[in-house]
Amino acid sequence: MRVVFDLLRTNIEFAIGMFLLAIVVIVSALSFVSPYEPDLIYVVFPDMPPSAEHIMGTTSRGQDTFWRLTFAMRNTLLFGLSVAILSRILSLLIGLVSGYLGGAVDRVLMSINDTFVVIPLFPILVLFYFVMRDSMSWVGLAIIMACLGWAYDARLIRSVTMSLRTREFTQQSVFSGMTTRQIVSQEHLPYVMPIVFSTTMNNMNWSIGLEVTLSVLGFTNINTPTIGTMIYWANQHTALVAGVWWWILFPVLMVVILFIGLFLLAVSMNEYIDPRSRLSRMKGAA
Amino acid sequence: MHGYGQYILKRLGQFVLVVFVGISITFFVTHLTPIDPVETTISAAAAFGSTSPEAIAMLRETLRELYGTEGNVIQQYVTFWGRILQGDFGPSLSAFPTPVSELIARALPWTIGLLVTATIIAWVLGNILGGLAGYYRSNVLLKMSGVLAMGLHPIPYYIVAFVLLILFAYVWPIFPLSGGYRMNLAPRWDATFILSVLYHSILPALSLILVGLGSWFMGMRALVSNIVTEDYVQYAELGGVNRRRILSRYVMRNALVPQMTGLAMSLGAIFNGAIITEEVFGYPGIGSLLVDAVHAGDYSLVLGITTISIVSVAAAVLIIDLAYPLLDPRVKVA
Repeated sequence: MRVVFDLLRTNIEFAIGMFLLAIVVIVSALSFVSPYEPDLIYVVFPDMPPSAEHIMGTTSRGQDTFWRLTFAMRNTLLFGLSVAILSRILSLLIGLVSGYLGGAVDRVLMSINDTFVVIPLFPILVLFYFVMRDSMSWVGLAIIMACLGWAYDARLIRSVTMSLRTREFTQQSVFSGMTTRQIVSQEHLPYVMPIVFSTTMNNMNWSIGLEVTLSVLGFTNINTPTIGTMIYWANQHTALVAGVWWWILFPVLMVVILFIGLFLLAVSMNEYIDPRSRLSRMKGAA
Repeated sequence: MHGYGQYILKRLGQFVLVVFVGISITFFVTHLTPIDPVETTISAAAAFGSTSPEAIAMLRETLRELYGTEGNVIQQYVTFWGRILQGDFGPSLSAFPTPVSELIARALPWTIGLLVTATIIAWVLGNILGGLAGYYRSNVLLKMSGVLAMGLHPIPYYIVAFVLLILFAYVWPIFPLSGGYRMNLAPRWDATFILSVLYHSILPALSLILVGLGSWFMGMRALVSNIVTEDYVQYAELGGVNRRRILSRYVMRNALVPQMTGLAMSLGAIFNGAIITEEVFGYPGIGSLLVDAVHAGDYSLVLGITTISIVSVAAAVLIIDLAYPLLDPRVKVA
């Protein structure tokens, strides 16, 4: 907790990132007090420009843009978080094992790892949608993307574990009779956690970006409100040509806020992890 | 030369593995899901347009063969590979009876042309600017471009492409809304056509470059600002070596090595971006073909594109890997 306050005080990027993310979280939390049901359409007059009653106007499908956006933001955020948590588990497992054991296990795991880094995921995700069609829920998509999106971070975690392996405290743990599982989970995991947190942000950016893209093309369950499906419906109703600009502008604005917020958090955390850059920043602040 | 041979062998092995895993995923996606793709496809195709009974019978046969619904899973897997190794994905359903391979062959040059140009421009420009920004730290202009790169970097391709399209083709229409060349122009190797292609590619290429630039810029800047503190750079500076020479020969050259690996690693993601860009700008490449194929329920085309995508990305990575020793002579020795 103290780390957070320190960062807020000394690191302007972290502060801005936190602020942007707070906006997003508050907006998604507001979905719980929404006066409208998320699945209903034509509950208000369609195509109304922003006004006191509907602060972000209404859509051509007769929904209040703002309240619709709160549901969309909540789902998008939940989606990104689920993918991040699931894929963190995978990358931690593979990174720690590969880095600690080394040798043949490491070589095999890392060739698989590099394979997953390179494979173009988008066509594969489209193929998934193509086969599953509407039985593809966002939970399903989250699981699939977690299974495909762990590789890059597993490599990072592996490189940290590799350097930990040669440290004296690891030798000591081995001599004192700790099992591999104990060493990895009790001794090495704490060192790796900061990386896990900072990659979480990047992973969320990645998965939400892909989800938005898939949804905009109509390749997810388009009836679940997410930022992507909101833009999809707006495009379907040719919102821009019809002059219903608020239907496009606000979701795009919201998702850009989310992306920049997450990105700034990741950058400032990376800097915090690297003691060299942290030191130079402290010098600058002093 | 022994070290180089071993290196090449290893890269080839990685190439085979990427193709193998990618195609296997494709197989399992299509075979282990509870939905019967053959009947789904046929009903979609029948709904899509007028199809004669013979065509449907032929379709069902081709699809059964392609999915290999006869035999057990292992036999199906072998049949699947046989098809793919021959590059034979059967006829397309939405453009019946044109073979899938022909449709892909027609679209592929567009994608590769756009992608290769945009990637190279983004990579070179990002590295040069990033290198300069890392070396001349107090330059205000370079600092500003750093902020811009940081701001653009986290925004997904789709949003950037979409905003560019709105700004430069809709609000201020100086670029065409969609297409790869002017509508009533016949594809020919003459000046008008080539100019038209170039003109139409500016906006899609720009979106790819803008998004790609940021990560190369930041990567290079971080690398360079680390290398600058190394002893050999300080020694060269004290020895009075020309600053420009230090930057290009001592700093950039060393920083380019990890950036090259980065290029190979991110190629899959760049390819994803290109697919999306094409759809936004209505560019006649693989991406547009894929989206149309999904909407038309054209199974063999979707499968064909997925396979070709995996193989071509793997091949591109292999090419970069093979060129890598030119940049890093240590690989040859090791």
